[in-house]
Amino acid sequence: MTSRSRARLGRVIALHLFLTPLALVWLFPLWMMVVFSTMPDNGIFSPGIELLPHDNFLDNVANLQRDTNFIGAIGISVSVAVTYTVLSVLLTSMAGWALARYEFHGKGAVVAIIFGTITLPYAVVLIPQFIMVARDFALANTWIALIVPPLFNSLGVLFMRQAFSMMPAELFDAARVEGVKEWRIFLFVALPLARPMLAALAIILFLASWNNYLWPLLINSQPGAMTAPVALGTLIGLTKVSWGGIMAGAVMLTVPMLIVFVLLQRHFIAGIAAGAVK
Amino acid sequence: MRTQNATAYRFLTPYLLIFAIFWIWPIISSFIISFQATRTVPWRFAPAFNWGRLIGDPAFYNALKNTLLILVIQVPVMIALAIVMAVLLNSPLLKARGLYRFAFFAPVVVGEVAYSAVFRLMFSLDFGIVNKLLESVGLAKIDWFSNVTPAMALIMIAVTWRWAGYNAIIILAGLQSIPEDVYEAATLDRVSRVKQFFHITLPLLKPVIVFCAVLSIIGTMQLFTEPFLITERGGPGGGTETLGLLLYRQGFRSLNFGYASAVAYTMAGLAIAITLVQLWLMREPK
Repeated sequence: MTSRSRARLGRVIALHLFLTPLALVWLFPLWMMVVFSTMPDNGIFSPGIELLPHDNFLDNVANLQRDTNFIGAIGISVSVAVTYTVLSVLLTSMAGWALARYEFHGKGAVVAIIFGTITLPYAVVLIPQFIMVARDFALANTWIALIVPPLFNSLGVLFMRQAFSMMPAELFDAARVEGVKEWRIFLFVALPLARPMLAALAIILFLASWNNYLWPLLINSQPGAMTAPVALGTLIGLTKVSWGGIMAGAVMLTVPMLIVFVLLQRHFIAGIAAGAVK
Repeated sequence: MRTQNATAYRFLTPYLLIFAIFWIWPIISSFIISFQATRTVPWRFAPAFNWGRLIGDPAFYNALKNTLLILVIQVPVMIALAIVMAVLLNSPLLKARGLYRFAFFAPVVVGEVAYSAVFRLMFSLDFGIVNKLLESVGLAKIDWFSNVTPAMALIMIAVTWRWAGYNAIIILAGLQSIPEDVYEAATLDRVSRVKQFFHITLPLLKPVIVFCAVLSIIGTMQLFTEPFLITERGGPGGGTETLGLLLYRQGFRSLNFGYASAVAYTMAGLAIAITLVQLWLMREPK
């Protein structure tokens, strides 16, 4: 072995010796979430160190369902996240298309207002949104309250504006010459071409809606109207509650997203990295 | 031109309506509410009512101090860690890259409530796995929830775990956009890898790192769920109370919308200041 390849081998080993413990530490909370979700409560609160899963998961789900209607809350969360994602992708890609492809009066102002307010904290709009939705519109504890206000998110507008403006103009001009209407060009030429970007955007928006906590906590606080994270959150801190059940709920919220993440990693990473493009 | 105006606004209007109602108007409205006394009906204009109270409120300074403390410690540590993760994940020498990527990126999909619950259980005093492991190697267990310093540390650990990989994804994308030939010349000149990192990689990554820092600062500034759920409403005794939590308690427990709006606008002021610093850092060199 030459000294050069020996040095290289040394570097390979050093890299893995450093990164492996770090990766294990990073995986540890997720692993323990799974382990806790399979343990009976008296096992979680016992002095021994348990690092391997048991077989109590289904009992824990039953305990959770006894503490709060979690299955019902999951149903609300899924429906809300799906509806929100579809609507947000549609609205923001339409807006992104207009900003990328047309010259019109007020375009500069629209872009300036979106960019100029993007770093303002969400906390600023929380109170007026709450007053408006709960008091003025009397829509607290409804689906509309969960779905519509968060549609203001401008991520998709910037993301799709970028995607559409990178497409060559000839693609659309050819259709225009043949007299195809603008909305048909958008629906049947532009959107199919933007499929990878739409996928990335949809994943990010779905995840944001699925995990959203603060707004649903404020606006839908009645038991039958809660989303799954809110329902789970109400149990944390109670004294007579099944922690195995809480962990089973955490697993039900997290594992489907982890599977989606593994399957669609490329889109996921593209979606997050695109945040840096703006 | 006229037809393009009409077409453009047909595509734009549905989004702009929502954007105006649920984002632009609340930004203005919140500012107005912060100058009103909102605990009397009808609300009345009283410019010094909330802001005067804010300036003299020990609870506000406590929340501000805690928030800034978390910011100045947690954000730099996390960004440094994210840079290390990204650079090592990008190394051509790495085997089983997918597994490492999964380990660091997986927390990105985990919801705040789910991970708050796990951290709370992992760090509990007598039965938490962390204290059990500390004791098994002969260290004293730590009362994470009854003392301020460990409680603050716990919040920072939790937030770092959740967000380091997110930043690493952005930094990794930045790294991969640096062209290879930048390094080739340096390697030919026998510049060491460590020097290459500090003199080539880091300066080229500066815009991405500043972007991540600004994003993280604005996110951490609004920190709510972790002190709400992990340290039980900002405990012990307000020791982990943040501006986000103060806003929640004032706005939605005491229903004191005017005061809560003043707190919210303090956060906005901080965010604007940080954005201006970012623009200044990113200015074109003359």
